[in-house]
Amino acid sequence: MDIYYSEDHEYVAVDGDVAMVGITDYAQNALGDVVYVELPKVGDTLEAGDQAGVVESVKSASEVYTPVSGEVILVNEALADNPALVNSDPVGDGWFFKIRLSDAAELEDLKDEDGYQDYVSGL
Amino acid sequence: MEPAIKMTQDLFKTPLWDVHQSFGAKMAPFAGYDMPLQYEGLGVMQEHLHTRENAGLFDVSHMGQVLLTGDDPATALETLVPSDIKGLAAGKMRYTVLLNDKGGIVDDLMVTRVDDNALYLVVNAGCKDKDFALLKTLSGVKMEMLDDRALIALQGPKAEAVLAGVLGADAASGVFMTMQKVDSDFGALFVSRSGYTGEDGFEISVPAGAAERFAQKLLAHPDVKPIGLGARDSLRLEAGLCLYGYDLDEDTTPIEANLKWAIQKRRRAEGGFKGADIILPQIENGVARMRIGIKPEGRAPVREGTELFSKEGKKIGIVTSGGFGPTVGGPVAMGYVETECAKDGTPIDAMVRGTKRPCVVVRLPFVTQQYKKG
Repeated sequence: MDIYYSEDHEYVAVDGDVAMVGITDYAQNALGDVVYVELPKVGDTLEAGDQAGVVESVKSASEVYTPVSGEVILVNEALADNPALVNSDPVGDGWFFKIRLSDAAELEDLKDEDGYQDYVSGL
Repeated sequence: MEPAIKMTQDLFKTPLWDVHQSFGAKMAPFAGYDMPLQYEGLGVMQEHLHTRENAGLFDVSHMGQVLLTGDDPATALETLVPSDIKGLAAGKMRYTVLLNDKGGIVDDLMVTRVDDNALYLVVNAGCKDKDFALLKTLSGVKMEMLDDRALIALQGPKAEAVLAGVLGADAASGVFMTMQKVDSDFGALFVSRSGYTGEDGFEISVPAGAAERFAQKLLAHPDVKPIGLGARDSLRLEAGLCLYGYDLDEDTTPIEANLKWAIQKRRRAEGGFKGADIILPQIENGVARMRIGIKPEGRAPVREGTELFSKEGKKIGIVTSGGFGPTVGGPVAMGYVETECAKDGTPIDAMVRGTKRPCVVVRLPFVTQQYKKG
């Protein structure tokens, strides 16, 4: 499974033609305690850069964008009752949604692990 | 995701700035000051809960401390505020508001009677300039800004024991809304039994040069953690307390703001304050809109600026403060609605990102106040 990153701090974990999307550890740490997550609907067709949800901490609400285009095939229902999963396991149980990639070439526009770590360390 | 707040230039530092750094504070600009938003280790949620369960130390040195002196500063100040200041005994304090000619609120503040010839005021950081301009117009009163003093709030159920351990039992013995001067190793302190979290606690004015030493002494106690502005906001919101510039402004009267309790009987009868010609009839006849508590159903926070609707679909008001209440364990908010929708228990809707979220009008506060009454 390859993981790609956006400059907006979303990750895209690709397995075949399906990608799991969420926010990075850096992002959850900057946000603080997540208290509410709004997810897209299964069946939504999203273009790369579209708003795909909202993540709210005690203090603020932030928009989440999808870095890749495709159809939403699954959302993480567990976040409704336990939004803190985004803090405790952002790239695991704290995932947001799964999307069937419509254009795998978009992944080339994203950063790989090293590229993202370089980017974050420069912030 | 949008990144977090960026720092701006030319910010004031409080005398406790180094203390914030030593605890790994995440700093942010607030009212022209570089202030701690939260500290390394706990985060907003845990800082909030720690304050309610133990004790939190807050740097509120950005607030304006003012001494009004003269033959009769209480009578003079009563022309600008609707509360009974003349009736305050020495060492007693009161929450009040500065008013404009329209009865709108210029600022909310604490006023303490030091003695016959002196009042001690604590005003909001962002309102200092306009407050001072207004206070300067009072005749027969000398205004002295105490900007050589820091202000530290120690809040929570453990606050009394902690303060008694540092300053002695007498210094920590006052009841809610009283103040005493305490001579200490940290200089002359003004120790008030007050705060803005809904918890028991103190606000302590300390000479700037001793502030860091005093704060570190309090923070050395295992029950005390430094608490940032993030938790300060969620604590005061759960306590149903107003934040100036959000819940109160110059176009809002104290009656609309549900602060009628701050206008004591004598002032209602006599008037004699700015805007009385507007405010006193509002007490008689009511107002068109009122500040209320809002409990959203579900988990989605309903934040400042969110429009409110009646169940019939009519726009009835707006949220002025809103977020997540860690002690409540869910979203909490306050705002203004048309008076016919202001009754406790009224179901209303909040429009959050294009979706109507059901809410209920509730009595404030969300969390029972734990003040130490006499």
